[in-house]
Amino acid sequence: MTKDEPGARAPEAAPAAKPVTVQMRSPAAVGGGDLTEELLNSDWWTDAMVQAAGIPIVDVPFVSVGGGIGSFVTVDYLRIASVPPDRMRVLSNIEFPWKTYEYLTRVSQIPRGERIRSDSASRPDNIWGFPSYALAEAVRDKSLKPLWQVLVEPIWADYYTPKAGQVFAGLEREAKRIGFREMLVTGQVRMVRRRQSGGYFTILTPPPGTEPTRRVAYRSQFVHVAVGYPGLRFLPELQAFRTQHQDFHHVVSAYEDHEHVYALARTKHLVVMLRGGGIVASRVLQRLMDDRERFGLSTEIVHLFRTYVSGSHGPNAWNRRKGGNGFAYQGFNYPKSVWGGQLKSRMRKLEGDDRATEYKLMGGTSTPYRRRWQAQMREGRTGGWYRAIAGTVEEMRLENGMIASRVMISGGPVEVAADFVIDCTGLEADIAEHRLLADLLEHSGAGRNPLGRLNVERDFELRGAASGPGVIYASGATTLGGYFPGVDTFLGLQIAAQEITDDLARRGFCRHIGPVRSTSQWLRWVFSRQP
Amino acid sequence: MLPTLAGRVQTRVALFAVIGGLVTLLIAPVLPIAAPVADKYRDAFLVLATVTVLGIGWECLYHLLMQWRWEKDWPTLFGLVTLVPEGLLVWLLLEAKAVPGIVGTVTAPAFCIQFLAVWLPVWLVANGPMRVPFIRWRFRGERLM
Repeated sequence: MTKDEPGARAPEAAPAAKPVTVQMRSPAAVGGGDLTEELLNSDWWTDAMVQAAGIPIVDVPFVSVGGGIGSFVTVDYLRIASVPPDRMRVLSNIEFPWKTYEYLTRVSQIPRGERIRSDSASRPDNIWGFPSYALAEAVRDKSLKPLWQVLVEPIWADYYTPKAGQVFAGLEREAKRIGFREMLVTGQVRMVRRRQSGGYFTILTPPPGTEPTRRVAYRSQFVHVAVGYPGLRFLPELQAFRTQHQDFHHVVSAYEDHEHVYALARTKHLVVMLRGGGIVASRVLQRLMDDRERFGLSTEIVHLFRTYVSGSHGPNAWNRRKGGNGFAYQGFNYPKSVWGGQLKSRMRKLEGDDRATEYKLMGGTSTPYRRRWQAQMREGRTGGWYRAIAGTVEEMRLENGMIASRVMISGGPVEVAADFVIDCTGLEADIAEHRLLADLLEHSGAGRNPLGRLNVERDFELRGAASGPGVIYASGATTLGGYFPGVDTFLGLQIAAQEITDDLARRGFCRHIGPVRSTSQWLRWVFSRQP
Repeated sequence: MLPTLAGRVQTRVALFAVIGGLVTLLIAPVLPIAAPVADKYRDAFLVLATVTVLGIGWECLYHLLMQWRWEKDWPTLFGLVTLVPEGLLVWLLLEAKAVPGIVGTVTAPAFCIQFLAVWLPVWLVANGPMRVPFIRWRFRGERLM
């Protein structure tokens, strides 16, 4: 493995941002079109090394890796900032940007007709957030109800949130408008390595049989990494149980398909144990309670909280979050002002431990206070079929076809037997468990922030990964812990996209979006005209 | 709304100056005040200036009150109902002849018409259309500079 500093060699001829060049070169005769030991072990690559391996090179100034909502909002911003589709490529293993998001929302009990946990003005298909989802819904349905809800939220009504289907329909329209399909290249991104002459090589493994070689290298000045969550992790005791018993049926994650639980509940009496106190737990709980009501079921629910919130909590009167019955209540993932108000402003100035402490104060698992959920849970508590307990699981075993959990509560251990355990904790894996991110950490100079994720600057440039005039940007969940907390949300991805676009405008890659351009582009959005 | 104190003040001054100024320019001649048009303009713009200047003080108070909110946000309705205390204060000052420079008599209907005709468009613009020309505004605590 070679170890060179970016400043150690003068950039020769970085891939130019202009003019546009997207060309496929023929594979060199010598290599077989796959990664060689030399490439795998080198932090810095030369054009000759890639050519010698027989890997074809495609030149394009900007590459976004991921292809989900993070990539989508970034190229959307750049299209609006004058970048034509042929100067950008989105490398992705999904066919449309909301595919993973839709899968996760659907299995975690938010089908298209249900409302997601997102603000009315957080529109990934509209960089202006105007018209908001509420206004669009009001116009479409010829109803003032959504607007009234926005007017009186959150004091006299729950926060307005859009239906998942409305979000997907908007994304589809915007994807067509900006020519997303023209930019999309499907395949698996294996790594991003710095190029000695500046810029980067992004190695794509195309689907089998679609390319003559096993790998294709994208040579670009800019790379954007938005690969989403590095992976899902189970609670340790649940993972141990699944591994030991090879039972993936009775212990399930809310983020994997678990319809069999609801289907079985319709045929017999079940006891279901829920783990976690966040939005996903609320959603699963709602599904169980809705089904119970709709089909006259007798399902019992035991809700286990590791941290039981019994009331308002926080260090002082100015930092007190509402809570009760086990849950911490908050409209969105973070206090709302992290997306634009004083918390965003404060976090931007904090470094190291100070930032980590602030994250701890405002973070933690929370769920929105929704009047319908509260009524359902009240009914469950009164009827004795919904029980919340606080504790930690010491042991899990199979007994008579049921999962017996030994739970340590404040008064000592208790036994809880359930037919199914649904893990709604949504623990995330370490970024190093993602192959591309691990490679960035090991070979491309990337480092970790105070929360252990990718360390990015305020403009989302990946610290330590510069290559001549080239820059890697990263946005989304992998950058949590940076100067901006709400990264893994629609609005957070747009905030990152705006910072990245502004930085790229400073570097001459696109135009600055000022008031005139913004307004004229908004009009084009209104009339579904290309940017 | 997710304002910082600087954002509150900047947005208040900018919107009242631009939208308030345009509205006042249009409606001042037809306000029910028995005075020459020049005097109507003078008084109407003085009322607008009073609302704007006092508004800076109000924004400081709102910012303080916002600190008790966990979200550190300013709900849409708060931005609307604050027209009541703000309007009352300006009206009381007019009644007490404490607004310098007023030459005529600002009647209650004239004040109400102008105040609402300015306040409501300002509130509406701040809650949506403002984001169209100023795409960074909502992410920067509503600061314009």
